[in-house]
Amino acid sequence: MSIILQMRRIVMISVLALSAVSLLLMLLGISPLTIGITLAKGSIFSWLKFNHVLSVWIPLLLCSCGLLFTFRAGLWNIGVEGQVICGAIGATLVLRLDNTGLPPAALLSLALFSSFLAGGLWGASAGLLKTRGGVNEIFGGLGLNFVAQGAVLWLILGPWKRAGMASMSGTDLFPRELWMWVPQGWRVAPAAIVLVIIIFLLTSLILNASQFGLKIKAAGFNPQASRLFGIRPNLICFMAMIIGGGLAGLAGGVQVSCVYHRLIPSISSGYGYLALLVVMLAGYKVAPVPIICLLFACLAAGSIQLPITLQVDSSLSGVIQGALVLSGLLVYGLQQGKRRGH
Amino acid sequence: MKSLIFLFQSLVILCFLMFSLSSSFGAESTYPFGLLMVGPANDHGWSQAHFEAGQEMEKVLPGTKMIYIDKVNPADRPGITVPMLVDDLVSKGAKLIIGNSDDMKDGMREAAMTHPDIKFIHISGDDVVTGKAGVNLSNLMGRMEYGKMMAGFTAAMSSKTGKIGYLGPLINAETRRLTAAAYLGARYAWTKIRKKDAADLKFKVSWIGFWFNIPGVTSDPTLVTNSFINSGYDVIISGIDTTEALVVAGQKRKEGKNVWAIPYDYVGACTTAPKACLGVPYFNWIPGYTQMIGNAMSGKWKQEFLWLDPDWKSINNMKTSSVGFKAGDSLGEKVKEGLADFQASLADGSLNLFTGPLNFQDGTVFLKDKITATDDQIWNLPQLLEGMEGASK
Repeated sequence: MSIILQMRRIVMISVLALSAVSLLLMLLGISPLTIGITLAKGSIFSWLKFNHVLSVWIPLLLCSCGLLFTFRAGLWNIGVEGQVICGAIGATLVLRLDNTGLPPAALLSLALFSSFLAGGLWGASAGLLKTRGGVNEIFGGLGLNFVAQGAVLWLILGPWKRAGMASMSGTDLFPRELWMWVPQGWRVAPAAIVLVIIIFLLTSLILNASQFGLKIKAAGFNPQASRLFGIRPNLICFMAMIIGGGLAGLAGGVQVSCVYHRLIPSISSGYGYLALLVVMLAGYKVAPVPIICLLFACLAAGSIQLPITLQVDSSLSGVIQGALVLSGLLVYGLQQGKRRGH
Repeated sequence: MKSLIFLFQSLVILCFLMFSLSSSFGAESTYPFGLLMVGPANDHGWSQAHFEAGQEMEKVLPGTKMIYIDKVNPADRPGITVPMLVDDLVSKGAKLIIGNSDDMKDGMREAAMTHPDIKFIHISGDDVVTGKAGVNLSNLMGRMEYGKMMAGFTAAMSSKTGKIGYLGPLINAETRRLTAAAYLGARYAWTKIRKKDAADLKFKVSWIGFWFNIPGVTSDPTLVTNSFINSGYDVIISGIDTTEALVVAGQKRKEGKNVWAIPYDYVGACTTAPKACLGVPYFNWIPGYTQMIGNAMSGKWKQEFLWLDPDWKSINNMKTSSVGFKAGDSLGEKVKEGLADFQASLADGSLNLFTGPLNFQDGTVFLKDKITATDDQIWNLPQLLEGMEGASK
């Protein structure tokens, strides 16, 4: 697609979303300009705040990368939340090990690997339910989300509770040396940034320039036809679910080792659902995903300014995100309709 | 191409506007302080008590200015952590930060480490006692044991069925201590004033898992209160930050059931359902805040662990008493008189309910005959007491 068309699409989506949100704000008697300024000031106008944006961007981008795989395979992987939670559990499991004798860096790497594994397993369960049990991945995923949420609550109130306490506050903090290294004046681990960039590049490479990526696309586009080329669509879908789940799990691992330094009930922070919006707004394409993630991360991190400086509820940022995605879907829909000649 | 140029132009204008406006933000006060509240600022409970004390500071300590953010918990604000918020408040000029929840313990400690020049007040923690806190972090709490004893007293004096339900938050030393205090007050009223057998008093604790309802995570306090009332408990004492117990009791009264509730934390909590409210033990953070913020402002900050008493001369004096008990409209005259006597004997020290013989829930000895508990024993109460139903850990 030509660049002009892309640009036109972006402008159309932005104008549509912005005018919808502005209209809503004006009806509520709030100046859209003030909101915009507040959000921007709260996200990009200082290094520390940009760090906070990044700490949302990293797990969000990881989840989105995972979703790119499953969407490409024609799957609605709604179970990202559960996969993030399982990844967080997997990482916590490793970080709680006593007397391993391993250096912290090795233990942290192991924890991240374990989070990928745990998330992947959860993704695989949804995949199995679909390919073997005939359960639609939407229902399977939703069900597994509830199971994962239940599991994390049980762990926090049960086997992993703090000494003498039964609280939903979360597990004990990990020892300081098991926090991912953060330089002075930073709030986000450089290692996590590097990791997510590598993952994104790999995702892009695999999906757009590898045989496996082509197979995923074929299996997603037309499973019946793909069989003619010797592709086993069920197997490909299953693998996409494992990768998708694994990357979501990795996001959980990052949440545990870099952000919260412990396991908490809402460890997934809703990134699973947010990532669905990101990928939908990106039109299921790889390239726009990191930018949209950044935009959403700015909205999420900046939104905290709304109650502090304007006494406006921060859920407004959710409204803006929703408006963006709806406008996105509308514009795609209109353009597709035009192309079909309606 | 035209649209591109237009986009670029509008971006430039927008940026220009932002910068020009950013300089006009933040009119300076001499001593801005930040308040992080775990729940909504209008919860009629724990957080509102803090919020109103914070507002009062602006009058009591001229030059202070409160910057606040409520609903600071991972369920309400996913992805936002206490250290992040502290960064932000500090960038807005805050020189002292108050964190009002036990749940913020780790975050406050971490933030205090990253900002050694900023003073921190963490409420309901004991990092100062355990030595985990840096010198810029102090702890503040009121001796709510007394308030809870009065709540328990009123409950047992009013109960017709002799079954008192305690709507507990999560289980830790603080909540065990307060629940036990309520039980001791209730047992005193039941056995000493009403001259009944201690074995006939049912005192049951149900823990919801957190300080307030988080759908899908905690038990629902509304359901817990309902089930208490449906199984014959006619007074519900609330230990959580919000007013569900009172709301449900109010509804049940309208349905004709003779039940009451005793909310918690906030002086105005009874207004939610005045007819069902026996009274409220509440925190008044004004004296504590004034002392700590005042010291910090005048450069006299020192690390402290303040566990403030009620002002026994006048427990409802908002200037001086850190803990109070406001009797509800529905409290009977007789109970009121009894309560006044009870308060008087607590005040002059002739009555100390944490006096042996007292056993723990598992039957082991907590205090031998005539022995009174030390502050440390009360603060770190390891178990509920014998006679109480409900989980201890």
